[in-house]
Amino acid sequence: MKGPIPEIPAPIWRNFKDLQEWELLHKTRPVDDKHSVLFESVTEGIHSFPGGFVVTTAADAFLNWARKSSVWPVTFGLACCAIEMMATFCSRFDVERLGMVPWASPRHSDLMIVSGTVTIKMAPMLLRIYEQMPDPKWAVSMGSCANSGGPFRHGYHVVKGVDRVIPVDVYVPGCPPPPESLLNGLLLLQEQIKHFKRTGQRAAPNEKVD
Amino acid sequence: MSPDDARSAIGARFSGAEVGTGTPLMVTVAPGHWAELAGFAKETLGCCFFSFLTAVDWKEQGLEVVAKVDNLDDGLAVMMKTRLGPGVSTCASLTPIYRGANWMERECWDMFGIRFDGHPDLRRILLEDTWEGHPLLKSYAVDTPHPPYR
Amino acid sequence: MLDQSTVARVELDWAGPERITMNMGPQHPSSHGVFRAIVTLEGETVVAVDAVIGYLHRCHEKLAETLTYAQYPSIASKTDYVAAMTSEFAYVMAAEEIGKVEVPKRAQYLRVICAELQRVASHLLWLGTWCMDMGGALGGGATIFLYCIREREDILDLFESLVGARLLYGFYQVGGVRYDLPDGWAAQCRATIDRIDQRIGEYEQMLEQNPFFLARAKGVGVVSRELAQDVGIAGPLLRGSGIPWDLRRTAPYSSYEDFDFRIPVETDGDCFARYRVRMVEFREAIKIVRQALDKLPAGPISSRPALKSVAQIRIQKGESYARVEGPRGEVGCYLIADGSAKPYRMKWRGASFSNLSILPHIIPGHKVADVVAIMGSVDPVFGEVDR
Repeated sequence: MKGPIPEIPAPIWRNFKDLQEWELLHKTRPVDDKHSVLFESVTEGIHSFPGGFVVTTAADAFLNWARKSSVWPVTFGLACCAIEMMATFCSRFDVERLGMVPWASPRHSDLMIVSGTVTIKMAPMLLRIYEQMPDPKWAVSMGSCANSGGPFRHGYHVVKGVDRVIPVDVYVPGCPPPPESLLNGLLLLQEQIKHFKRTGQRAAPNEKVD
Repeated sequence: MSPDDARSAIGARFSGAEVGTGTPLMVTVAPGHWAELAGFAKETLGCCFFSFLTAVDWKEQGLEVVAKVDNLDDGLAVMMKTRLGPGVSTCASLTPIYRGANWMERECWDMFGIRFDGHPDLRRILLEDTWEGHPLLKSYAVDTPHPPYR
Repeated sequence: MLDQSTVARVELDWAGPERITMNMGPQHPSSHGVFRAIVTLEGETVVAVDAVIGYLHRCHEKLAETLTYAQYPSIASKTDYVAAMTSEFAYVMAAEEIGKVEVPKRAQYLRVICAELQRVASHLLWLGTWCMDMGGALGGGATIFLYCIREREDILDLFESLVGARLLYGFYQVGGVRYDLPDGWAAQCRATIDRIDQRIGEYEQMLEQNPFFLARAKGVGVVSRELAQDVGIAGPLLRGSGIPWDLRRTAPYSSYEDFDFRIPVETDGDCFARYRVRMVEFREAIKIVRQALDKLPAGPISSRPALKSVAQIRIQKGESYARVEGPRGEVGCYLIADGSAKPYRMKWRGASFSNLSILPHIIPGHKVADVVAIMGSVDPVFGEVDR
């Protein structure tokens, strides 16, 4: 009685021929990632009535309130900022009162708090975890290492900011940012989510300029 | 074993060794005697505790491998050094003698490009397997670019 | 319903000679940091472990050659980021040893107070994360974690009023320390450590009467005396395997010989022995802080003037290896100076790097669940491992 042997595809981060192909991945949204035909037709129908936009705006507001009140971060602690992130998750600077339950599995989370230095060896893993998160997802860059490479910017093995790898929504400065700063950043993120609309384009990661 | 006994024992066994004064006891030998010195330190001097192994790049004068071992019962600290000479980047491995040298020698291979003869599994430890270059050499710039991430 | 003979047949079929390779990848919930363990399993038993590190390699040793003696200590704190002052201490001591710089007595006592408070804070984090790993984040493990972080926050408050930062500091400088104690700090410190002393007794009682904890910690991850020395592990791992080696006693630095404290040693070598060593170290560290606060001399806090420029400190040619007994073991800094304001070569002897290299030797033979318990009791901090 043997179980099936799974087919594991080749690691995705080795498929890039050059920098241009890698950048192209982040500038475009996948082809099948759009609203279904039924959704589009229903929205059209609602909008054809006078004042129909109120319904969709109210629906948007309700959905955004639901989204921002239960953002689940994936525990992605890399370095020193991870200790401050853990302190933010604990009793004194509770994030659970904001609805954020730190969750280990990326498949069930909405938010990735990149806390710590991103190195060249770790960057493909980070991208892999980010891509395993379902949409809509957000990313918070915590600490100066994740913002721009930080004190290690000139190192040969350090990525100069996580926004070269994934698109970032909120940057929290500090080395490490004390939990009050991180909470400030998370509240700013909640403000952003309040205005979230399902548009086609996502902000691309930054241009690679050394 | 006191530092003076250790000094005289090393001087008796290794004729070309330079032994310093003070703690830790600095012993410099030729690369040919490297593994022999380590075995001598473990058996005769009783230094069973392996502290670290690293290398220094002295530019034109070549590379130097430094290792430190301790005798925890007597408090004796011995720092062993060997100059590999200009252009040479191979050295005998201490892994058969001290198991702690395993990861330290992998790091020296990774950072300096020193091949250790007799190491069971010499591959890169801190950098990716496909990395080119050995960063801690003085000829490697600290902010060498590495596409596509920087 | 399966009958007994069917169940037996299924089990033998799976736990045969086939080996499974499982990846405990760089992101996993036992929050020790970025570490990848590729374990080879036969059923539930681990047969081999390949530890892949380097996911946090931040080029410390190369960067130290480009930063001056005044600039680097605050970067040094980012190696062992849980007990950041330990690494600063080793670097600054190495520079002082080469440059023959005198450190005034008050600065030495302040260094000791901060080092011991860091030890308490680091062990609190260790206890919290280890128990959380063994108990599960949503199960009982979070209890001890939240309690320990609550105590740790009190200690971090002390550091915040002293240095200005909670986690990573630039407190040490070549020649002494940078800041002096503010008013009321000593009283607040005494109150905090009294409270922690009493609460640690409660946690000990809670854990040692818990059969699950004892089952997961006793007899797991035994490190023999000979293996411990050969691989070069240090700190509570060495003392848990029966070797009474503590740098504060055997090679005292920075006035540690003025204080009266005992070195806990256990002979079993398993996770429970290391736990007992660390629990006693809590008490001893608190004792040292009390003694240091009582005997704190007046005087200058640094033999060098206050830093006005980054290239102010020049160390003459020489080399030295300075080591500090950190919470994880011997943190050493091998420094080669060449007369300028920047070192020629600096090597970190990271305690966690040597401690982690014991994993491929002790994990084979245990079950998968024990991997997490052993890793927690080894207590690695990946800033030190990867530097």
